Amino acid sequence: MKKTKVLVGLASCGIAAGANKVYEQLKALQKADKLDFELKKTGCIGMCYREPLVEIIDETGSYLYGEVNEEKAVEIFNKHLKLNEPIKDYIVKSDLFKTADDNFWDGQVKIALRNCGVIDPENINEYEERGGYHAIRNILNDKTSQEQVIQTVLDSGIRGRGGGGFPTGMKWRFAHKSNADTKYIICNADEGDPGAFMDRSLLEGDPHAVIEGLIIGAYAIGANEGIIYCRAEYPLAIKRLNIALNQAREKGYLGKNIMGIKGFNFDLYVKEGAGAFVCGEETALMASVEGERGMPRKRPPFPAEAGLWGKPTNINNVETFANIPYIILNGAESFSKYGTEKSKGTKVFALTGKIRHGGAVEVPMGISIRDIIFKLGGGITGDKKFKAVQLGGPSGGCIPEYLADTIVDYDSVNATGAIMGSGGMVVMDETTCMVDMARFFLDFTRKESCGKCTFCRMGTKRMLEILERITQGEGQEGDIEKLEELAYQIKDNSLCGLGQTAPNPVLTTIKYFRNEYEAHIKDKKCPAKSCKELLTYTVDPDKCTGCTVCAKNCPSNAIDGARKEVHFIRQDACIKCGMCFTKCKFDAIVLS
Amino acid sequence: MRVKRILQKKEIASLQAVDLDLIDPLIEKYKNKKGNLIPILQGTQDIYGYLPEEAFIKISELTGLKLNEMYGVATFYTQFRLHPVGKHIIKVCHGTACHVQNATAISEAIEEALGIKDGETTEDNLFTLESVACLGCCSLAPVMMIGENTFGKLTSSQAVKIIKEIKIKESN
Repeated sequence: MKKTKVLVGLASCGIAAGANKVYEQLKALQKADKLDFELKKTGCIGMCYREPLVEIIDETGSYLYGEVNEEKAVEIFNKHLKLNEPIKDYIVKSDLFKTADDNFWDGQVKIALRNCGVIDPENINEYEERGGYHAIRNILNDKTSQEQVIQTVLDSGIRGRGGGGFPTGMKWRFAHKSNADTKYIICNADEGDPGAFMDRSLLEGDPHAVIEGLIIGAYAIGANEGIIYCRAEYPLAIKRLNIALNQAREKGYLGKNIMGIKGFNFDLYVKEGAGAFVCGEETALMASVEGERGMPRKRPPFPAEAGLWGKPTNINNVETFANIPYIILNGAESFSKYGTEKSKGTKVFALTGKIRHGGAVEVPMGISIRDIIFKLGGGITGDKKFKAVQLGGPSGGCIPEYLADTIVDYDSVNATGAIMGSGGMVVMDETTCMVDMARFFLDFTRKESCGKCTFCRMGTKRMLEILERITQGEGQEGDIEKLEELAYQIKDNSLCGLGQTAPNPVLTTIKYFRNEYEAHIKDKKCPAKSCKELLTYTVDPDKCTGCTVCAKNCPSNAIDGARKEVHFIRQDACIKCGMCFTKCKFDAIVLS
Repeated sequence: MRVKRILQKKEIASLQAVDLDLIDPLIEKYKNKKGNLIPILQGTQDIYGYLPEEAFIKISELTGLKLNEMYGVATFYTQFRLHPVGKHIIKVCHGTACHVQNATAISEAIEEALGIKDGETTEDNLFTLESVACLGCCSLAPVMMIGENTFGKLTSSQAVKIIKEIKIKESN
């Protein structure tokens, strides 16, 4: 009889939702009852909206329990683990029966996330049991040439998953062809895009896959040293990476004469970023590794010729590396059979915002955005109207509802004015103001601009000032045109991707939601009722009971009225905090 | 671009003296290693919670790193602080997902409850309030982090309650 396995999803967001307590609870119960099952930690299962998650795999099948708290854990322990009676009401996924949440999984294809939520990320043996380190072993045993490895990666059609979309195989070929005694390979794990967490999920859930991808890359291009540049805001990812690196060293996957192959020396270490979004740009990242301010450098020379410390350097993103072992092990075809003509394979998205089923999803390229949001994501929360989806973070743009049938593929997404980006997908409903969204991203890029190029440094600030004015009801005729002019100047006169793409959120919102800008500027109204300065709160005399709750809670004493009489808001004193609106039990406060 | 300034002497007169011996092992470890500037600053901040001016001077003297370069790096990266911080650092996430779910209201509620603005420290040195770009827990938005603990799916009143609970614990 196979031992029952109990897996608790312990990635950052699971822990934030209370998964540690659930784990400790189950551990204590197991100890007290001396029940024989294997209690294990695993990474991100992906179903973030149901966190904390506990999966039980027994001889009958697998059962995934969602929204488990300490009380539910006791119940699950007593019924399922002790009496073999699964509690169907709590189960969100099972291989034995259908659940209401099945749509979240249908349509997903897990390649990069193949081990996330399945294995214990702190145990190298579990990775090996799932085919881990077999790809590099096969390469070395079969004496596959560097050129053949690169050709396989090229044939798979994989393009840079950090957002750039440059073919990975080509990048490797350039670095391979550069002659030098020292070459570097870097994994870009500086996931700074606000609203994206794919790389965190991968690093916390399956660090060995990324490490194996790096070793294969090092073999292919002839690198002897590697760096994983990880943002310091991901302490758990850094911890698990370091554990994994030590295990890989002990097993001889890293170090001198790897796996007995004379002359194949390669070692890796984690470098903590210090919090600068621009360091996601490869030349800025290298400057940061060298201990300088993370300012981008002019290209050429490209990193493949002269990168870190002037040596040939190859940089790829976390998700790209995580795909590599799978591609090598299963052949280029196994990856390229998914996707569209020019965008092969799968892509991981962090689905968040006003969506019912948020989480980390991996879908084949070519799926429509609408399917991701409404099939996997279960639609918009609170039955509000879907308005737009933001792709690519501060470098990307907003795709409106009527273009939601756009398919996920580098070229189709680019055609809308947004970019594929690293995989952040933030869903917005009718209550999200698009001018405010543009302001939000400009505020971000303005702060994150390194200051090297004048147009990026000053231009983003000027654009932000205009946007702030508009959202505060002080927009002027001609502001939209001014924004557009500045946007094109910044795009044309910035050295790196940050500046070149910084105006995208503004340009796409002007393109698709020009009417909202005009409503703010001309009518001094915010159609989404989100910009504070443009709102008016009034009392509906038919609904007001004179309970005085609003007047008592008003921080600026702007509400007059005697008990049991209709109240009145003095607009000149109102600070538009919305306190009366949230406190009124009779819906008597009207927002317009 | 962000702009950071080093504290003026009179502003830090009330602060305790910094024990500079604490950074000796750190300097020993990274001395003469290429690309050591950021790890040294990160290590120093781990010890003191911020980067004291005296530490800059000592590191520069012992490693040969130039003061202006160190200052340039320290002011460039958001991680580095030139001001002392409170015992508990409250990081309110202002990533896209949190922004859409009204993280501003969370920040405002905390500002009001503690009587400080973003980036400031309370007078009792208990709390520092910081807004951060993204904590990567987007599906639990809005999110805040206090020390090592992350709190998700917050409302303004919950956020204030969590802080008040810490305050009560501290006063006992």
